[in-house]
Amino acid sequence: MPTYRPGPVSLILAVLVALFLLMPLLAVIPVSLTPSRMLTMPTGELSLRHYRSLIEDPRWLDSILLSLRIGVVSSVFSTVLALTFSLGVWMFQPRFTAALVGFVLLPMVVPPVVSAVTLYFLLTSISGVTSFFGYDTWLGVAMAHSVMTVPFATVLILVALSQLDRRIDLAARGLGATVWERATRVIIPNIKFGIVTAALLSFVLSWEEIGVTLFITSVNAITLPRLMWMGLRDNIDPAIAALSVILIVITVLVLAVRSLVTRQRSAS
Amino acid sequence: MRGTLSDRMGAALLMAPLLLFLVLAYAWPFLGVVKWSFTLPTPGLEQYHALLTDDLVQSVFIRTLRIAAIVTIVSVTAAYAITVVWVRGSPVQRVLAEFCILVPFWISVLTRAFGWVALLSNRGLINTWLQSIGFISEPLTLVRNEFGVIVGMSHFLIPFAVFPLASAMRSLDERVLLAARGLGSSRMRTFWTVFVPMTRSGIIGSAMITFVFSLGFFVTPAILGGGRSVMIAELIYLRIFQSPDWGLGAAISVVLVVFVGALMALLFRYVKPKQLV
Repeated sequence: MPTYRPGPVSLILAVLVALFLLMPLLAVIPVSLTPSRMLTMPTGELSLRHYRSLIEDPRWLDSILLSLRIGVVSSVFSTVLALTFSLGVWMFQPRFTAALVGFVLLPMVVPPVVSAVTLYFLLTSISGVTSFFGYDTWLGVAMAHSVMTVPFATVLILVALSQLDRRIDLAARGLGATVWERATRVIIPNIKFGIVTAALLSFVLSWEEIGVTLFITSVNAITLPRLMWMGLRDNIDPAIAALSVILIVITVLVLAVRSLVTRQRSAS
Repeated sequence: MRGTLSDRMGAALLMAPLLLFLVLAYAWPFLGVVKWSFTLPTPGLEQYHALLTDDLVQSVFIRTLRIAAIVTIVSVTAAYAITVVWVRGSPVQRVLAEFCILVPFWISVLTRAFGWVALLSNRGLINTWLQSIGFISEPLTLVRNEFGVIVGMSHFLIPFAVFPLASAMRSLDERVLLAARGLGSSRMRTFWTVFVPMTRSGIIGSAMITFVFSLGFFVTPAILGGGRSVMIAELIYLRIFQSPDWGLGAAISVVLVVFVGALMALLFRYVKPKQLV
């Protein structure tokens, strides 16, 4: 059967766009190998000193650990909230579902800068009550990140549920399973992949989050993107290039593994 | 069975935690921001009046709309070109296109903006290369201006512009295209008179998403604009952390939300939410 394939003009244009998309990612590689302390192209000699400074400078390590902690806590929190909410929607199909889901998705559609001002208001208000949780604390950042990631987790889990066959739940119900048993022994095992994806996406979004983080931290809760931001604004530190190369390599590896896993899942 | 008392209890118990969390951590503080806009520094409509009269605020609004419009056109056009290959290309072409779309999509906005700094700055890749081949003697100013902002924002938004287009191109009936070709229409003509019109909903969705996203953009303009081409989001940041003028920052935020809300309402009159993913 003949198929409609893109012609030569389309292919050339697509290649140009592909180059545009990949160019800045490739550009950081030579910069990361410069022996200079400034952001320049290496001339002749190559050096790994900026990679070494990532390990040796405690600021980088501290912020990586902080970002990991915030990412894990906020990802678990938002995945659990998204899961219970989505189970409620799917199992009971209550009235006003559309409006409630719309409300939950708000942090995803409202311009991030407005969410940032909102969360700044929230955390500075909390800071007036307790210094342990609020503006510029890691718990405050984790909570703010949960607000921002929970819509994405909810969408992914709702999509996973929409592909689930309702009859298996009806069968469990007909056989006398309680709500708890239906949820934990029938529904959740069948959407495991969706839940894991939701948790992973929440983690990645928190790990990369900068727009909101800038508004709610100053000197104590310096996450990795926050530290990169400081390095980018003041005088550009080539250690950021080394870090970028590492992050890009990790992303490419994770995407490759994920596409292999999805391929196997669809094959089996 | 539906709607019994225990069912309603179950639904309420399962849905309450998230709803409660977002009411307390999002809806309530947003109302607080709205309150700021009417009460700081003194109660009244003064901040909204300033929005309409202040020259700086006006010029930032106009610049933001202009950049958002240019970025939308660039991103949707570029996204269209690569989506055609992602959806309709040969299997190998599809994998390659997918790689080029998804890798940047998953990489953080900071890393990507930094990549553009490395390429475009005075001692960056492009200027170094152009000087070494003797094409220019003085470095070109490619960042810390509107050009850099547009390049960086388009780069960020192309993957987002791809998804609605891909969804429209996938749902299109291929036989119509083959029929046009079979009736003797050239590739170009088939593309412009059949393919493009049939993906209209995707184009509208893609343009709306790009435009809405670019209105609230913060990181890329702040890094690539270098404080010279300030957009709305950066102005809000400056008003809250540098001036500090919380009332005006809050008022701009409120106006931005209302504007984006109106655009979204307009969007959903033409496109169903499902067509956007």
